[in-house]
Amino acid sequence: MASETMVQKQSEETRPNLETTRGGHVYRPNVDIVEKQDELVVLADIPGVKGAEIDIRFEDGELTIHGPATPRQDGHTRYLLQEYGVGDFYRTFRVSEQIDASRISAEYRDGVLSLHLPKVEAVKPRRINVKTG
Amino acid sequence: MWRMSNGSNPVGMLRNEVDKLFSDFFGPHVGTAESGVRGRAFPALNVWERDNELFVEAEVAGLRNEDLDISVMGNQLVIKGRRADVDEESATYHRRERRVGEFSRAIELPVAVKPEQVQARLSDGVLLITLPKAEAAKPRKVQVTT
Repeated sequence: MASETMVQKQSEETRPNLETTRGGHVYRPNVDIVEKQDELVVLADIPGVKGAEIDIRFEDGELTIHGPATPRQDGHTRYLLQEYGVGDFYRTFRVSEQIDASRISAEYRDGVLSLHLPKVEAVKPRRINVKTG
Repeated sequence: MWRMSNGSNPVGMLRNEVDKLFSDFFGPHVGTAESGVRGRAFPALNVWERDNELFVEAEVAGLRNEDLDISVMGNQLVIKGRRADVDEESATYHRRERRVGEFSRAIELPVAVKPEQVQARLSDGVLLITLPKAEAAKPRKVQVTT
């Protein structure tokens, strides 16, 4: 039986040890997680990151998204208005669905990371015919 | 086992709880034109200047050029836009934190600019608006005569 919380939050608050070696802030991206019949889709807003530098790991049922972001203005910039900071995006999830890790795919476009996590065949709903007679 | 009759499932109920926590924690979802009184306005902006230009930057993941409408009127910069809602049929949302819908934000520019020369560039979800300053607003070197 599938557990009730198929994807549980495990944000960086539960990992006080997490620090970046370069210093600076780490930001938790907003995500959508959509479960479809044969896959989980994760959409994460990580603007200003280079696609090739995004690090995605799936290990022991734990999905980690790390999008390194370097400041776009030099350190001496004096802001007339500063409403947000720029730094790495980082977020981890525990995924209790059975995922076929070898078929995970990712795409980065317009600052949005789209991750496709295909379920392994066994957990796809299957119709079982009941024989009568 | 107890079940809801309208098709809701325990996962969905839990998700609602989580969403509620989120909205309590982060404040109400902003990003629509009618809000903006409470919570943070969308998009968040960084503004800085050089001698000849003013720069306004915003993080607007998921937006394309055609989703944005940027205008300068007098000393006001208005950024309007819309992020499409990709509603998945026959799918269950476990998280829904990404804001969708229309937004509009206006800010007062600290200096006079040349509206006809304003440029905007969108790259990987980061919007950078470059506003050349009007001549009167540029710093001028004053020669001291002795």
